[in-house]
Amino acid sequence: MINLALSETQLAAFKEQLADGVIDHDGLTADYDADTETYHIETPAHQTSVGADELAAVDTEQAAYITNWYFYTHEVGSEVTRAFCRWLEQAAEHPVADRYDALEAGISREWGQLAITTTISADGTRHYEVRHVDDRDADATALTTHTDPFDAREIGTLDPKGRYRPLRTAPSLKSGWIFPDLSAAEVYETVEAFYPATVVNWDREARGELDVDHWRDEQDRQSGIYNLITVLPDDAVDWAAAACCDDSQCLKRREWQLSENEPLAAEGGDGVFPCRGPCSMAVAAGREWAKLERENTQSYEFELTPSEKEQLEAVIDAVADDEIDEIREADVSKGANRWRVRYLREKRVDEDGNLSGTPTHPDGNDESAD
Amino acid sequence: MQSLVIVAHGSHLNPGSAKPTHDHAATIRETGAFDEVRTGFWKEEPSLREVLRTARGDDIYVVPLFISEGYFTERVIPRELRLEGWDPELWDSEGISADTATLIASDIDKEVHYCGPVGTHEAMTDVLIRRAVSVTGDEDVGEGFGFAVVGHGTERNKKSAKAIEYHTERIRETGRFDEVKSLYMDEEPEVDDVTDHFDSKDIIVVPLFIADGYHTQEDIPEDMGLTDDYRKGYDVPTEVDGHRIWYGGAVGTEELTADVILERAADAGADIGNARERIRQRTKPATGTAGE
Repeated sequence: MINLALSETQLAAFKEQLADGVIDHDGLTADYDADTETYHIETPAHQTSVGADELAAVDTEQAAYITNWYFYTHEVGSEVTRAFCRWLEQAAEHPVADRYDALEAGISREWGQLAITTTISADGTRHYEVRHVDDRDADATALTTHTDPFDAREIGTLDPKGRYRPLRTAPSLKSGWIFPDLSAAEVYETVEAFYPATVVNWDREARGELDVDHWRDEQDRQSGIYNLITVLPDDAVDWAAAACCDDSQCLKRREWQLSENEPLAAEGGDGVFPCRGPCSMAVAAGREWAKLERENTQSYEFELTPSEKEQLEAVIDAVADDEIDEIREADVSKGANRWRVRYLREKRVDEDGNLSGTPTHPDGNDESAD
Repeated sequence: MQSLVIVAHGSHLNPGSAKPTHDHAATIRETGAFDEVRTGFWKEEPSLREVLRTARGDDIYVVPLFISEGYFTERVIPRELRLEGWDPELWDSEGISADTATLIASDIDKEVHYCGPVGTHEAMTDVLIRRAVSVTGDEDVGEGFGFAVVGHGTERNKKSAKAIEYHTERIRETGRFDEVKSLYMDEEPEVDDVTDHFDSKDIIVVPLFIADGYHTQEDIPEDMGLTDDYRKGYDVPTEVDGHRIWYGGAVGTEELTADVILERAADAGADIGNARERIRQRTKPATGTAGE
């Protein structure tokens, strides 16, 4: 185990706490017997009674538990940060002694697309490193170093192609950066800047207090232009959730349903942190779907070869799965290849943009959403 | 522990929309006046619905970075923040005098101080004048200049014009500029005809908007004839019909706006120490501004 040394500050805090009462924290129990001027310290492997002068010389296992107590009670500010830091070092699964061994090498966990590694210094202080999961094996010197947690907001604003990321939890975070050494408060702020409110909601969920706003709650609350989502059919909510809240689109785990008693068929995803209600993107999209769903279906007759029908389906897949950029320039065997699509347009779309020359409104009645 | 929560509109399409909010939050963080400064958005994250749970303070001051009282400040924000017992009457305002209301936010079961919007605070007048200084690069700008304060218009919110007129009048009262007028995007007098409304050769044009976006970067420059295509850009000043137009863009991007946010919180009881002076120092104050 790491060669721990209790500092004067830690010892003073330990004594001060025991002058007022007992300590019962994460496998450590301790009290002070004023009559005998003795400190009783109990950890899983040791039970000792020592005088004030001998406190600094307690064995390594007990020093680990004392520094662990000190870190979590004196260096980590809020309850949410404490819960998060404990999760980062898998505190619920491993007792302090084992954890300290593992922290020496570093304990890594994933939060969305963040890889967060906790390490420890000789006084028990934790250090946190944050990088993109895709950079897990990268040499730190090859990554751009950041120290200010608020830089994370800037990093998360545009995706690797330079496009705006209105949904911060979309799995489109760019890589190539590192926050090499953050404090507990700073790692919290960094994660908050990358993935706003995810830690507090995760914490509420862990405490069994997550307040979920279901779709119907959301519908009832809207005003102004978003009132329109009240007319979105229930089936469409399911399609929307399957289309937009899937793990391929958002890393939050959707916990909201149609209502508390009406679950959606769509998968909620496997994310670490929960989604407690339809986001503003889902509501804005829902408004658009509501407009589209007001249209009636119409029968059309198209002349297409079987390959052309399949090509249209391939184009839909390529756009929906964001695979356009992966189709090589000359790979005309792929339905969504640009040349192949341009060929189809030349052959099947007339000068008015109508597929197969079939008008969208054959009877001249414009029923479009707008 | 004292928390400042700045709430703003944000955008699904334009990353610049939230930029002033984040910039002003950073400026205020640097003063150390608050233990934490949080931001929340209608269209971005954290949402208005979840921002209060990210704040840890015992005293929480919520300041809307909005231009006017109306739909968002009176209805959307209080609803999304879950302010129990909210009623616009609590602000006792006819459109420009909303100050603060203290209510329990049921999301966190704590009291929060809900402040009036940034745009209607008297200190916003100073920011408009500061923008005149920054766009002309002249500390003493005023004589020989006209000043147009530009608003959206009243189509959706009658109170938005009140904010425009309020600051126009306050700038006029300083006597610093030869002419000061309100112009609008969708009603008379229109910003399109800016040169018809001023005798001064030099006209400073500043939209009372929080963030730059479609209206301030595309619409208004094209409508005033600064350019026929906003993508080509334009000079400051640009000569139009014998006048020189000094177009300043959205006033909310001016650094001094951070000061107005602080003022709102201070009016609601926040202890901001000397943060206001520090921000004014940092952003180089203009001389002879309104309200001083």
